[in-house]
Amino acid sequence: MARGIRGPEGRYGWAFVTPAMVIIGVFLVLPILLALYVSFSDWNGLGSPLGNSRPVGGENYANVLVESGLAQRDFGTAIRNNLYYVLLVVPLQTALALFLAVQVNNRLLKARGFFRTAFYFPSVTSSVAITTIFIFLFASSGAINQVLAWFGAAGPNWFADPNGIFSPVTGGLTADGPLGLTWAAWLSGPSVAMCVLIILAVFTTSGTFMLLFLAALQNVGTEIEEAASVDGAGSLRRFFSVTLPMLKPTLFTVLTLGLIGTWQVFDQIYLTGGGAPGKTTLTPAFLAYDTSFSELQWGEGAAISFILFGIIVALTLFQRWVLRDRDLGRSGERRARRAEARLRREAEGARS
Amino acid sequence: MRSKTWGSAAVAIGAVALLAGCAGGGGDASGGGNELTILIGSSGDAETQAVQAAADAWAEENDASVEVVAASDLTQQLSQGFAGGDAPDLFYMSWDQFANYAQNGYLDAYAEELPNAGDFYGNLVDTFTYDGTFTCAPKDFSTLGLIINTDLWAAAGLTDADIPTDWASLEAAATRLTTGDTVGLSFGLEYARLGVFMNQAGGQLVDGDTVTADSPENLEGLQYVQRLHDAGVLKWPTEIDAGWGGEALGAGKAAMVIEGPWIKGIEGDFPDTNYQAYELPAGPGGQSTFTFTNCWGIPADGGDTRDLAVSLVEYLTGDEQQLEFADAFGVIPSTEAAAATYAENYPENASFVAGADYAVSPVNFAGSASVITDFNSQLSGLVGGDAQGILSSLQEDLQAALDEANGE
Repeated sequence: MARGIRGPEGRYGWAFVTPAMVIIGVFLVLPILLALYVSFSDWNGLGSPLGNSRPVGGENYANVLVESGLAQRDFGTAIRNNLYYVLLVVPLQTALALFLAVQVNNRLLKARGFFRTAFYFPSVTSSVAITTIFIFLFASSGAINQVLAWFGAAGPNWFADPNGIFSPVTGGLTADGPLGLTWAAWLSGPSVAMCVLIILAVFTTSGTFMLLFLAALQNVGTEIEEAASVDGAGSLRRFFSVTLPMLKPTLFTVLTLGLIGTWQVFDQIYLTGGGAPGKTTLTPAFLAYDTSFSELQWGEGAAISFILFGIIVALTLFQRWVLRDRDLGRSGERRARRAEARLRREAEGARS
Repeated sequence: MRSKTWGSAAVAIGAVALLAGCAGGGGDASGGGNELTILIGSSGDAETQAVQAAADAWAEENDASVEVVAASDLTQQLSQGFAGGDAPDLFYMSWDQFANYAQNGYLDAYAEELPNAGDFYGNLVDTFTYDGTFTCAPKDFSTLGLIINTDLWAAAGLTDADIPTDWASLEAAATRLTTGDTVGLSFGLEYARLGVFMNQAGGQLVDGDTVTADSPENLEGLQYVQRLHDAGVLKWPTEIDAGWGGEALGAGKAAMVIEGPWIKGIEGDFPDTNYQAYELPAGPGGQSTFTFTNCWGIPADGGDTRDLAVSLVEYLTGDEQQLEFADAFGVIPSTEAAAATYAENYPENASFVAGADYAVSPVNFAGSASVITDFNSQLSGLVGGDAQGILSSLQEDLQAALDEANGE
């Protein structure tokens, strides 16, 4: 090691990061490694996993992924439910958050502070409180159904309705699909009860993401928008061709955070009865908890968690690839060459 | 400058050590010789105080101190205690989790040592017998009965002669009691209620090593329930905006419900509702009801508190003490002698005690709980659905679970 005039600076560096590394190691890295070990063991929850279990290879993973039976079907159901949840919540909450952010960023809007606070409010309220209120609102004679009754509509028994919203269409498909479920079950869509949870998630999280978009919007200089206006762009064109591309890094953050959060949904499920009605709100996160704590199959529960981890990482990478910066890399160069050629052609066309 | 840097590093390391110290310090509160912790899933303050009072009375004679902790989520807190090597010295063990815990070696099989081991009801002993060993002592039990709102009963012009004794008279009474605002009969759509009808039809889920879930008798039971619902004289509590059967009865939304002695709990919310409990009507296969029970669990590695805990259980399951619990929060004593006294003291609950003679425990071998959960979720498709299909699926999963339980 070269010792210049700076002396033993490296030693200080290590001294300062050691506490952080110790804390992260003890409270984060070691527990994760231990959980990874548990997912390959037959630990039954009695005493420490080290010394009270033996490795069983991939048996826990096989139980939920390939061996047909109740464990596999439960896992398939949980994945199905959560997939619909993610597919609906992530786009809706992102779009709503962006819409709200643009509105409260509008200089012409009166009482902007009030609206910003109001939209952000659900995000700072405990999800337990909001879920409880939703349970009351969507009771079979709750406020929502009474409002529907004014218009002559008979609302469903929201939290007790296990039918998927597409099930009238898909009911006839009896062929077996992946993970022990029929295609009818895969394609039946979220249940009515799950739809309520989807509305709840969109309602509570869009405020948080609105804040992220708002911060990004305030970094978009007015002169850019003015320049676009001078060039003749209308407000829609200005938004989609100028503002939105400038928000791309934030969009990536919001989508990633949304994806991670929605795949891990737990508290709403716990409060609304752990999968009721008919397991249509069961999610992998709750299934992992239930498998571990109630059935004492800790290995299987840990395995479910790690599969969930894999799904989240894979989807985040996929989304990163979709939203990659198209001006960089080989495909970016190709695109630049093509654009240049087009410009040349047009210029020559104009000249002749 | 230099000493300052090292000083802050020392502070940081000290903070880490402090944190580590905190983490390690809280764990062994219950380790002391004569200090016991009881973890209970309490129905309310009355139960917690009664258990604490009984434990204190025992502790005074035995030079010990007992702390009663009412769990907010018993299953989760137990699991956490066992995983952390800090299980309570004594705890409520519910019938549906018992086999799982016994199979995984969580429980000390102390029950046969108890001097009063022979006094308990036979079917309760069976419930808490794992692998041929009577493992833990039942603390009390409940059976299901038919609870009738007597005001609505009289208003419909029905008399004592109409009290349902078989399926036909149950259907007739439910039909008479169904009016615009009130449904004749209501109970939760779950195995813990519908299983009673399957048993009354002469069915059962497990016969030795074979699962007999898809038998014609079980089908008959489910079809009877389907028929009542199709006729509109039976509705699930969720359909009439009630959290459970008791609430439906109390609010006058249902004239008859199938519940246990815990129905007493509705008096707080609905003091004006008059009701009376009867034995469940008999089906084609005779009378049947379910018994639900908890036992006093002692952890397998109880250490030095184990013998004390056994002595405490002996005290708590004694006839005298069980009758005091019955006074405090309405449970039925688990010994035959005390239950007989209970039936005399509380004639309104005598029918629940009478049910104990023919009651069976819901199926509870290791691994059955998740299958029953799945059965419950499939039952939500019973109305207008395929009862045979639901039973076939139950048959397949339950047999797989039973094979696995027997294989180990």
